[in-house]
Amino acid sequence: MNSGSFWAMGGYARFVWPCFAFVGAVLAWNLWSAWNLVGAARVRAARAFAMAAHDNS
Amino acid sequence: MWTWFYRLSSPPYVYRTAAACMPWLLGGAALAIAYGVVDGLAFAPPDYQQGDAFRIIYVHAPSAWLSLFAYMTMAVAGGIGLIWRIKMGHAVAAASAPIGASFTLAALVTGSLWGRPMWGTYWAWDPRLTSELILLFLYVGVMALRSAFDDPNRGDRAAALLAVVGMVNVPIIHFSVVWWNSLHQGATVAKLGKPEMPGSMLWPLLAMLFGFMLFYGAVLCIRLRGEVLNRERQSAWVREAIGS
Repeated sequence: MNSGSFWAMGGYARFVWPCFAFVGAVLAWNLWSAWNLVGAARVRAARAFAMAAHDNS
Repeated sequence: MWTWFYRLSSPPYVYRTAAACMPWLLGGAALAIAYGVVDGLAFAPPDYQQGDAFRIIYVHAPSAWLSLFAYMTMAVAGGIGLIWRIKMGHAVAAASAPIGASFTLAALVTGSLWGRPMWGTYWAWDPRLTSELILLFLYVGVMALRSAFDDPNRGDRAAALLAVVGMVNVPIIHFSVVWWNSLHQGATVAKLGKPEMPGSMLWPLLAMLFGFMLFYGAVLCIRLRGEVLNRERQSAWVREAIGS
């Protein structure tokens, strides 16, 4: 299979490649949003401890 | 015998275990998905009827399978939270919902793009497609219900109840192609005794299914850590864990 026919996907390129691109974006979004959730939770927890320490002092 | 089960109800244990498992799951997922994509796109032969359009199966089937698996995980974990009042059950359910919803959307979009050249339409009110769309609405409903309450515990219980009731949709999705006349093709991989695909097409699909499962496990571990931190942020062990 040469490069041209590979990218053409037998005439179905406009259906095959958007599917792979969309699922790739879903995989990337899942990782990004999960790391984001952890980051935000860490900040929130640190802020809660800082406020508790401030109230105690 | 039940020691491991009770250990799973300990937030620090869950937090540390999720952190330890995540890199292995993510590494395995990257390897399996990379193999599946390369083999499925470049080396698997075209289908004798669908040509190269059949290659959409390598992202469509794993997404659809994961949409059901994530829902079952969410419902079982929510049920455990409801029955045994284990908070980590609700945390797993909350972590699973957005992952499952995103893969349900992926299954619907890739199925729609596959349907256009094969069926001549992007959408039909077919039993399989309609029940999968209902699954997406169930995910959205569960997430909305959880965040609709000021009291997080009540939100968890309400969301878990909806998830458990919505389990009735899972066998409907799976058997829809058997119970009703459907545009959608029947099972191909599930017939493990005699799969309807040759090995050159089947191996990349199995690799993608395996890779997506590992990916789900990895993202679930990351999200679970966030959920545990959010729910336990007043606890002393969290202060040590985040080094605050």
